[in-house]
Amino acid sequence: MEKFEKLSGIAAPMPLVNIDTDMIIPKQFLKTIKRSGLGVNLFDEMRYDREGNEIADFVLNKQQYREAEILVAGDNFGCGSSREHAPWAIKDFGIRCVISTSFADIFYNNCFKNGILPIVLPQEQVDVLMADADKGANARIEVDLEAQTVTASDGTAFSFEVDSFKKHCLLNGFDDIGLTMEKSGSIASFEAEAAAARPWV
Amino acid sequence: MSPKTLYDKIWDAHVAHEAEDGTCLLYIDRHLVHEVTSPQAFEGLRMAGRKVHAPDKTIAVPDHNVPTTLGRDNPETMPEDSRIQVAALDTNAKEFGIHYYPVNDVRQGIVHIVGPEQGWTLPGMTVVCGDSHTATHGAFGALAHGIGTSEVEHVLATQTLIQKKSKNMKVEITGSLRPGVTAKDITLSVIGETGTAGGTGYVIEYCGQAIRELSMEGRMTVCNMAIEGGARAGLIAPDETTFEYCKGRPHAPKGAEWEAAEAWWRTLYSDDDAHWDKVITIKGEDIAPVVTWGTSPEDVLPITANVPSADDFEGGKVGAAQRSLDYMGLTPGTPLSEIEIDTVFIGSCTNGRIEDLRAAAEILKGKKIKDGLRAMVVPGSGLVRAQAEYEGLADIFKEAGFEWRLAGCSMCLAMNPDQLAEDERCASTSNRNFEGRQGYKGRTHLVSPGMAAAAAITGKLTDVREMM
Repeated sequence: MEKFEKLSGIAAPMPLVNIDTDMIIPKQFLKTIKRSGLGVNLFDEMRYDREGNEIADFVLNKQQYREAEILVAGDNFGCGSSREHAPWAIKDFGIRCVISTSFADIFYNNCFKNGILPIVLPQEQVDVLMADADKGANARIEVDLEAQTVTASDGTAFSFEVDSFKKHCLLNGFDDIGLTMEKSGSIASFEAEAAAARPWV
Repeated sequence: MSPKTLYDKIWDAHVAHEAEDGTCLLYIDRHLVHEVTSPQAFEGLRMAGRKVHAPDKTIAVPDHNVPTTLGRDNPETMPEDSRIQVAALDTNAKEFGIHYYPVNDVRQGIVHIVGPEQGWTLPGMTVVCGDSHTATHGAFGALAHGIGTSEVEHVLATQTLIQKKSKNMKVEITGSLRPGVTAKDITLSVIGETGTAGGTGYVIEYCGQAIRELSMEGRMTVCNMAIEGGARAGLIAPDETTFEYCKGRPHAPKGAEWEAAEAWWRTLYSDDDAHWDKVITIKGEDIAPVVTWGTSPEDVLPITANVPSADDFEGGKVGAAQRSLDYMGLTPGTPLSEIEIDTVFIGSCTNGRIEDLRAAAEILKGKKIKDGLRAMVVPGSGLVRAQAEYEGLADIFKEAGFEWRLAGCSMCLAMNPDQLAEDERCASTSNRNFEGRQGYKGRTHLVSPGMAAAAAITGKLTDVREMM
């Protein structure tokens, strides 16, 4: 997995609440057996018309946001389906960090498996960053995972919380299957105990 | 010993390793797999030279992509990309030696219907699947939730998940439901009350008399949509109803093992003085048959209400509500019961079980669907389909004018050919009314099976109580 340490980039504003994973990547793109190449279809039905032409007023089609690396989004981002195609598409587009007041649980976990940092901040801080993102390409937001800070273009810094284990994996780009396999002894003893206690499982 | 919730008890019984910071390896008893979210996970195993850790605890079935029309065991009936995904599952199931129900097996169906039906899902288990509606299995008092593809690979390789514990939330439905009100109305009403993010960070336990009075089918409907309320999982404590459902299922324990299992299952309830981080209480008699008007499952109102206006909301929901009204083509103030529909879909892991088909058939018996309306029933599994045919329900549906399909996810997420056209309006027993969910620019109103049947007869959203 790609490491995430620091990021300084353009943030795109998407204030809509409850942006679901069907919006992020519609089902017709789930028929792939690969993880790559989904960026072009990120937000497909909001981004293109039926003929495949770009819809000019969609945020990521605007010139100043085409290179966005951060998304500042409305509450409950990533709700709905568990499809990991959603973070795959976000990452493939070039976005490495999403900031919102809350995320749906499965999407939040999926981000960390793909080198994307989801950041939860209180409404008033998200409002500041949303206003900053509205300024376009001149307003670069800085994210520092080690320090757990987000800094707006005027220097205002906000701290965020992140689970220590998730932070550790993201900072180092660790494959967590490998880490778990190091604990195979614990898994084997659990299995032996469970088989004795609950043989029907 | 300190008092525990049901969630605490199941969690504690499955921690294989706990780190100092509270990060746990949670052991997984059942891993359900389908064709859409698993190919990349199996490929990951292959690339790393890893095996499936516990193939006997891993069960696969194709459901999302499969056509629901006769003759579908001919792969030519599928578009190429779907065919490749289903073929990949065939290959992976064989190569890694996991349990498998292929498309031509009568036991095939929606993964969340097949698991319980075959007795794979039992009380006190941990159950995961690369599908958010894994919450369904919580109806058995099993800790069940959806995971992403990276986690599917993690479970395949290690039979564990890296987890931190969620908080405990109790949703109590007191008293009894009124006639015409169903499990679907309970679960939608709860989401209407809490919002789609209200459960974020929690595992919900549904309890109270109205929940106790539900069948297993109804309980599965309630837990199925816990995810729509944002919860990691929904749970219902096992009781006689649960044990009776499980007994005799192909993969349920037998004889002395059953006795031992049942004895443990009877300890799976929340202690009286257990701690709850959040409690919601709703009176069963206050719940009405409901429909959704917008594009979020929290956009719920009783069928007797009117379409709201964006001004009725606050904060970020104002813009979202206006976007929903525009998308749905609705005018504020219109009675919901005057909204005309084009299509009725009965099926899905929310409402594709035998009891759901019975409820719809009860309303449709001897009646015809409205002229020009498109209506389909997609049973949740081949066995549900066979049972419905045996009971004569299939004939009622067909005589009324419904298409009688083969099992699969179908129009719930429209990955197969069953899709809404642009602006087509559907009364659907599924679980999500998101933009584009049932087809590009398709418009979805979520309802119970009885309400879907009533709408099919009148051609508009209808209060099922008027048909009873």
